[in-house]
Amino acid sequence: MPRWIPVLIFVLVIAVLIFFALGLRVRNEPQPSSGPAPDFKITSFEGQTIRLSELKGKVVVINFWASWCPPCRDEAPFLERTWRQYKDRGVVFIGVDYVDTDSAAKEYLKQYNITYFNGTDLQSEISQKYRIKGVPETYFVGKDGNLYGNSLGPITKDSAFMTESQFILKLEELLAK
Amino acid sequence: MRSNIEIRTSKMFWAVLIALAISALVMSVPVNAQSPNLDDEVNRIAKGLYCPVCPNTPLDVCNTQACADWRADIKKMLQEGKNEQQIRDAFVARFGPQVLGAPPAEGFNWLAYILPVIGIILGAAVAWFTVRAWLVGRGVPGTSPASAPEIPKEYAERIEKELKEL
Repeated sequence: MPRWIPVLIFVLVIAVLIFFALGLRVRNEPQPSSGPAPDFKITSFEGQTIRLSELKGKVVVINFWASWCPPCRDEAPFLERTWRQYKDRGVVFIGVDYVDTDSAAKEYLKQYNITYFNGTDLQSEISQKYRIKGVPETYFVGKDGNLYGNSLGPITKDSAFMTESQFILKLEELLAK
Repeated sequence: MRSNIEIRTSKMFWAVLIALAISALVMSVPVNAQSPNLDDEVNRIAKGLYCPVCPNTPLDVCNTQACADWRADIKKMLQEGKNEQQIRDAFVARFGPQVLGAPPAEGFNWLAYILPVIGIILGAAVAWFTVRAWLVGRGVPGTSPASAPEIPKEYAERIEKELKEL
């Protein structure tokens, strides 16, 4: 047998192992909770486009949701209520609709009377940048464009991830910074 | 004057003709949205797409609400007159190439298509060389003769000498 065949097999096996190891490493990386917030551009269901990096100087709440996600429905009324309460204080809410259909998403927004910015996460690009593991997930961006924590589950009165009062406290902290 | 039988026959003829015309009309109406054929078509297309949130589950057998919404979306697109390719393109544009059963053959994805072929070729080469070496070792006719093992000179001379003494 020519010597190059076992060598080539060995090299290929090593390359495939490295490839899978890197894939596993990326997959198991935790969601970001500090440092510069991954930038993204998103277009709302009404056609308005915003870029996160252009919102510096404001506190931004990024909420990943989907119409098929029951826990998202649990937190939806609170998020809308809080947005209305804080919108004149330099707080921006961005709803990122994760793998959903437009019709179901619009129905959801209508059902909960959601008025803050909401758009589709095309090809899950934003979700991948934030490495979300599911929905709902919420990320807090300070006025300096850095991330200041996240909630990896629904925000409700007695949530194990983040309670409504903790959410309010977080907003106040970020506004004071 | 026409007889009663003639009139009756004529009436029957027109009745049959009208019935046939109505049947032909009904059968020629395009299949509407609620027809089972459309649902079959939805399932056929859904079979080639994968649920973006439940890994490795084709859309046609996935029972989540999300999958039901996506199947409804496929149905809506079919009703709008879109063909299978247009629907697949719309899903890729919306959810990314991971909704396809196989990655599109472009860029880095080529590895997924090339590596198995390289593996098969290398495996075949190894098998061929191994079998060949084994056959040659057993002296099977039709295979290349194995070269005679080298015998050290001193042993050769000794064998030669002992053979002469016999």
